[in-house]
Amino acid sequence: MDKHHAAQGASKGRRKALKGLIGLPFIGGIAAGAYAEVRKKQQEKDQILRELNIEAERPDIASDMSGDPVRIGIVGNGGRGQHLVRVLGFATPAWVQAMQEQGNTGALEAYQSQENLNVKLTGVCDVFEVNAELAQSASPDCKRYRHYEELVNSPDIDAVVIATPDHWHAPVAIAALQAGKHVYVEKPMTHKIAETYALREAARSSKAVFQVGHQHRQTQSFITAQDIIRKRILGHVSLVQANTNRNSDNGAWQYHIHEKASPQTIDWDLFLGNAPRIPFNKEHFFRWRKWWAYGSGLSGDLMTHDYDRVNCILDMGMPRFVTASGGIYTHRDGRDVPDVFQAVMEYPDFTTGSSREAGLEKGMTFVYSATLGNQHWRETLLMGHDGTLELGNQLRVHADPNSTRYQHLIESGVMDPSVPIYAYDPASGNADGVTSATSKYFAQKGLLWTYRGGKRVDSAMLHLREWLGAIRNGTPVSCGIDEGFEEAMSAHMAGLSWKLGRRMEWDAATEQMIAQPGEDLDAVLLSPGRAIAGMMG
Amino acid sequence: MTYSKPQLFFLTALRLFAGWHFLFEGFIKFLTPGWTAQGYLLSAQGPFAPFFQWLGSDALIGISDTLTAVALSAVGLTLILGIWEKAGAFIGIAMLAFFYLAHPSWPGIPAAGPSEGNYFIVNKNLVELAALGVLAWFPTGHLLGLGVFFNPQNQVQHG
Repeated sequence: MDKHHAAQGASKGRRKALKGLIGLPFIGGIAAGAYAEVRKKQQEKDQILRELNIEAERPDIASDMSGDPVRIGIVGNGGRGQHLVRVLGFATPAWVQAMQEQGNTGALEAYQSQENLNVKLTGVCDVFEVNAELAQSASPDCKRYRHYEELVNSPDIDAVVIATPDHWHAPVAIAALQAGKHVYVEKPMTHKIAETYALREAARSSKAVFQVGHQHRQTQSFITAQDIIRKRILGHVSLVQANTNRNSDNGAWQYHIHEKASPQTIDWDLFLGNAPRIPFNKEHFFRWRKWWAYGSGLSGDLMTHDYDRVNCILDMGMPRFVTASGGIYTHRDGRDVPDVFQAVMEYPDFTTGSSREAGLEKGMTFVYSATLGNQHWRETLLMGHDGTLELGNQLRVHADPNSTRYQHLIESGVMDPSVPIYAYDPASGNADGVTSATSKYFAQKGLLWTYRGGKRVDSAMLHLREWLGAIRNGTPVSCGIDEGFEEAMSAHMAGLSWKLGRRMEWDAATEQMIAQPGEDLDAVLLSPGRAIAGMMG
Repeated sequence: MTYSKPQLFFLTALRLFAGWHFLFEGFIKFLTPGWTAQGYLLSAQGPFAPFFQWLGSDALIGISDTLTAVALSAVGLTLILGIWEKAGAFIGIAMLAFFYLAHPSWPGIPAAGPSEGNYFIVNKNLVELAALGVLAWFPTGHLLGLGVFFNPQNQVQHG
């Protein structure tokens, strides 16, 4: 091998190596690029999450369910009552059979895997024979009481769950508290103004535990939302909107009329109670939500959910002014409660904190809007100077493009006001700062977050569990008499504003609704019609 | 197989670009904490949607995620390095067929997400799929790539 050949060989070798290894620099470049890209996104996300510092979980309140079983009586074992009794652990054989026939294994499995709350169902009072027998079929210990007074005074009952029509909530709750029994009462807490004060007095002067059935207070996302407000993520919230949209017979309270209903199977006089005396009427019995005499329409029946949803997050309490409008526009079937309803609540002194100069921001309006003639989904929104919270089972926070607090993050490109800066889903247990357009898209469709790991738990069960924990261990309840008072009174103000056609005002000093001289607001609230000339319903 | 210079240039460029695309997608998925294909799979459209939703189910999503990231990276490596490129191209074709069928750009089927272009039946997944077919049958790794070292015609002659 001469020198020339050797040089040629070395040159060929180098060329071969160059040709062979052509891809290597690309791999280095791609790896560096991918690393830099992911790192940048992660840093932006970390910066956002650090800035927000939202705590997604709450500490577990130890609630020991051991000891003697709590003996429970159910007053009003209709649709809602049966649900509450079931989450307490007493499904009827008829329900189990119906779920099996429908192939609803999910509901059956959820029921079977439910936590044992260590309670006995020892009593039922229902004016309809069929409902009373249903409770008895779910529990061998369950005795039927013909009158609620007998049930609440029975030595076999420690605690009472009340799921009657609205006009019976307060009378039964007051009687139970006076008998020293713990009370769990469905919403709205009361049907009238006077009994709201009376029930508050009864709860305050009793050692028994009192809880109103706003089970969403157990919803993890609402507890997270409380932290969002505490950390002033939204800045000063000036407007809150919540909505009800339904478009079905069931949603408009056109419930099934039981074939066994008759004056022989229903104690009609006891059902009427303090309502106007009218002859036996199956429709009034099963579809009581359609009349002011027993129910409270959209303001008491559904707005109370939204009011308390927001009150449990903002703790804004009683509104100063309430104005309502609406009418019977979608179900002109003889009902006297509105089926389209808007209420505007004013809180001129309320603030969630401000990121701007002192004194500039104060006051908030809560707008509730409902129709029973359209079911298009409308988000619940809490709108602040620095951000907007979409409130549901999932949470999403968008920074406001003109936010003061996030100005530097928006200008530096870390925050994009068009995508959520925070998204939370209790089902996945993950909190995440969402920074990409596709993540946003999937987040909006609810596809990224599914139930995994943990099982689904009924929030009414958790709410009852909290009540039982308070009975056993003295731990606090989340929807006690003060929260119930605010919920009931604000609903009554909205109902009255609709009926009277004028703005209702709350006097915080005397804790009273301001009435005209000689005006009996309770009589107006219960009356079937409206006092506005030319308006029907 | 012999190529003219422009043929070799563009075939190699195509191989490197496709490899780049696959490898970058694979790396990003490995490096992003909590990355998952679940959203993409669960939102699948068209006649094969149930199959992709099954792949995205809680029981299978772990395997689906790992396989996706590994396969994307492996395809990218074979194309960039220029070795086993035919096998890599076939795996890439299978993956692109999956991506295409999970969200086919057919009339009447909603798009998977915001898109930068407009597609009628043919979309970029399908174009890249065909490109990988070209790479499988017009290999260049033995001329420009690790294949050089295994190419008998390319052995350095020692005098």
